Amino acid sequence: MAIAMQLGYDDLPGLLTLQTGDEKHDWSALSTLDVLWVLYDRVLSPDDRFLLSKGHGPTAYYAVLAAKGFIPVEDLAGFGTFDSRLGYHPDRVLVPGVEISSGSLGHGLPIAVGRALALDARGSAGHIYCLVGDAELEEGSNWEAVQYAGRVGLGRLTVVVIDNHSSTQHWPGGISRRFEVEGWSAERIDGRDHDAIERALITRHDDWPHVVVADIQP
Amino acid sequence: MTTMRKHFYGLAAEALEQQPRVAMVFAEIGVSEMPRHPRLFNVGIREQLMISVAAGLALEGYRPVVHSYAPFIVERPYEQIKLDLGHQDVGAILVSTGASYDSAYSGRTHQAPEDVAVLAALPGWTIHVPGHPQEVERVFARALRTDDRVYIRLSDESNHAPVRGDGFVVLREGSGSAPLVVAVGPTLGETLAATGDLDATVAYLATVRPFPKAELRAALRGTDVVLVEPYLAGTSSAEVSRALQDRPHRLLALGVPNAEFRHYGEGAEHRAAHGLDAAGIRASIAAFA
Repeated sequence: MAIAMQLGYDDLPGLLTLQTGDEKHDWSALSTLDVLWVLYDRVLSPDDRFLLSKGHGPTAYYAVLAAKGFIPVEDLAGFGTFDSRLGYHPDRVLVPGVEISSGSLGHGLPIAVGRALALDARGSAGHIYCLVGDAELEEGSNWEAVQYAGRVGLGRLTVVVIDNHSSTQHWPGGISRRFEVEGWSAERIDGRDHDAIERALITRHDDWPHVVVADIQP
Repeated sequence: MTTMRKHFYGLAAEALEQQPRVAMVFAEIGVSEMPRHPRLFNVGIREQLMISVAAGLALEGYRPVVHSYAPFIVERPYEQIKLDLGHQDVGAILVSTGASYDSAYSGRTHQAPEDVAVLAALPGWTIHVPGHPQEVERVFARALRTDDRVYIRLSDESNHAPVRGDGFVVLREGSGSAPLVVAVGPTLGETLAATGDLDATVAYLATVRPFPKAELRAALRGTDVVLVEPYLAGTSSAEVSRALQDRPHRLLALGVPNAEFRHYGEGAEHRAAHGLDAAGIRASIAAFA
């Protein structure tokens, strides 16, 4: 690795600035920052997989990957340029540590279901985490996955919904309820509270998938 | 004689039993034909999920086999095919049934003459159009050994006998200036009947992507090429054009017209209406000569 020591949460703003060249960060990227940090700092084990479905605004993701040594810090400065590995939507073929390429919304969660089925089939100890956005859930393909994962009881799947209230038509009655109807357990947390995020993400059930709705107030 | 589809279910069940890397993803269609198996996933009538689940399985090292009607496996989840397979850089074997008009009586919703054209627009696909159930066995076994993106297009239409050779197979040699007639998959029977007493070189092709450009060049001694494809007319025209870009040539591309064809009935009636029966092929070649 290019860096000898691991960086901490307090280093993330600096890593974001390297990418944007600007002290004012993209709001969408920041909405995911705390969940991403807790995942990589406290939750993910080597058998686990993290799938960033909401590929929009990936600077927070790249910052965390750099802080954890997956990509060299020097790479961040090229963000979005022709020869950079780091684009406005991540490409798994280009970026070490990135489990899926994303950008078009509504693809990550369905792929996560396939990966969870695969880990089941080979009896792996791994768990699958997938991060989606509240507006991303407007894509119908997500609901095919939510329905199926609930009905077959995919216990090794946890979805984190970053709810920054960006869905134009909103979710009357709440996002959690929609997952619960399909057989998921659900909880809503403060998306900035690291201990709450950790507790929610290590909650696992053998027989049904879990959704964590991380509330982010704009 | 069994159909390609029936034959495929037997081959699929066998592959599941014998190859631990194989997993199958179905969306109701065909499930009742298969024995239960822990790596056969029926995702319900959810075709986008069907492709994405296959991608997830492939990302974890499995060799997914996906099966449905042609319009529901290629067209409905097209972006999943492009991104979850192609862009993620993983493979799968998509096996369709129904072809262009096998379910003619079901109407336009169950007809997919454009499947090969749209899939061929994406990079990296191997596309097989077998003309006989025994050819299905060969291409399926080969696809299982790779991690490639492979499409196998099954049809109720079938030639009388399988073609033994692989790739671009010249079955009959005409004179030096005779047209080269290339019959794709299940069009071979009608093409042979249409050209029986014509001076023509007749070749058979069951793998249309990658297109065998060198073999086509080698087989063409005159200037005239006739393509007989069981799907959208002209699907392989650009491939022929590229293969012969430095040689003066003429091309007649037969296939299903690009039109909303609002008829039910039987596949044979559609075949005749599209000029893909022996009489139609013969008339087209005569007008072209």
